Amino acid sequence: MMGSANSGDLSSEMEVDAFRRLFPLRFHERHLLESIRPDARMLGKARDTTLALGAVASADGSALAKIGCTTMLAAIKMEVMTPTAESPDMGCIAIDFHMPPICSPTVRPGRPAEAAPVVSKQLSDTILSSGMINLKDLSLVRGKASWMAYLDIYCLDADGALFDAALLSAVAAFSNLQIPIVALNDDGRVVVVSEENEGGKLKKEPVNKEKRKLKLSSIPFSLTCILHKNYILADPTAEEESIMETLVTVVLNLSGQLVSLYKPGGQFLAYTSAIQDCMALTRQRVKELKKILDEAICDMEMD
Amino acid sequence: MLVQRMEIDRADGRTPNQLRKLACSRNILNRAHGSASWSQGETKVLAAVYGPKAGTKKNENPEKACIEVIWKPKTGQIGKEEKEYEMVLKRTLQNMCLLTVHPNTTTSIIIQVVNDDGALLPCAINAACAALVDAGIPLKHLADDFSSCNMLLSGRKWARYTGPKQDRRAAIEGICIFSFSKFDSVCTS
Repeated sequence: MMGSANSGDLSSEMEVDAFRRLFPLRFHERHLLESIRPDARMLGKARDTTLALGAVASADGSALAKIGCTTMLAAIKMEVMTPTAESPDMGCIAIDFHMPPICSPTVRPGRPAEAAPVVSKQLSDTILSSGMINLKDLSLVRGKASWMAYLDIYCLDADGALFDAALLSAVAAFSNLQIPIVALNDDGRVVVVSEENEGGKLKKEPVNKEKRKLKLSSIPFSLTCILHKNYILADPTAEEESIMETLVTVVLNLSGQLVSLYKPGGQFLAYTSAIQDCMALTRQRVKELKKILDEAICDMEMD
Repeated sequence: MLVQRMEIDRADGRTPNQLRKLACSRNILNRAHGSASWSQGETKVLAAVYGPKAGTKKNENPEKACIEVIWKPKTGQIGKEEKEYEMVLKRTLQNMCLLTVHPNTTTSIIIQVVNDDGALLPCAINAACAALVDAGIPLKHLADDFSSCNMLLSGRKWARYTGPKQDRRAAIEGICIFSFSKFDSVCTS
């Protein structure tokens, strides 16, 4: 039994599950002393990650990402809109992150989760500032029509590292995105050509001949780490996040450039060496994630 | 974190490492238990502290004090950006306060943006620290005796930046906000 090494206090007669609930910090620290975590992972190792592209058939681009138990579903819908006067040749991306009550026992219907707007804003900032998508690619007719991409990410299971899973699913959804065919209708407005009209009965000339994919450059990948005393734990679960509150999220792109470093307060102050260790862990993780993304894209193309 | 000399033209003629004029005043609001206003150049933030009040919020640990932050923008409704600022401030301030001194209480910190001309979050962190000190809330340390600052990255070199937002936002390649404690380590970034 876990607690039998402690003599003279209540924990010596307790079962593992009870000890885990009542003294969570001590439970985790006992594991950290052996350089391992309760789910038998090494300190710097992330959980198993899987990606499935095209999960939502009715969306223009979608992906389902799972990191351990954390599951995110991202879907993109494209709509034609008039571009603003300041940027007549650029499209627009609207990113929203939702945490429905299914994801966690702490989220109640009617009361939005505290983490949802924060992760949503973080995602928008990261995706737009990383330059992954050139907004000029989303333009249709300069000054008259351009694409608005609505990216919605739904958290289906919140088990820690929400931002990592959300970013991965967003990137995968964009790589799966196929921009639909549009045509000018009689009113002079640009409308989307639906699949049924395609069998040679087109009255209108399509503006773009075939569905095209977006070109993604400098794709961002991220890793969240927890700092606790002098340990660095990569890819925390929800239990670890609730006990040890100091999170650092590092976002790197494929060429190793830093896109974002986010450390929102937290009990443990980070010395430069800790931040550099987090960056090194992230670099390794970027390679793993790139491989997973490429495999998922290949699987999709083979179907 | 090296700061190198660089040629940046800043609209107000400052050198890369030069900060704008800082001003702080405390005890400006009569009703609040502690209040402070902090301004860096044209950016001005007002912070008020009410607390400790009895009782904690629903899911919070009753053995410790609870910190609640409310961010009020100058104009417009409360949106995602405000929620993010609230979360960042809450996490930073939570770890600066000695939470075990007053268990089962809530301290509310209300931040009101009076004017936003760049470097808003650092200004708010500084204002909140000053208001907490004015209210007499026990603190472990301050965010480096009031200096969080914004750093601007352009062309691979860094410059300390507390400058106006409008004309520079488009030109910058990156913004960093660092908050240091007296142990010379990063509390928030």
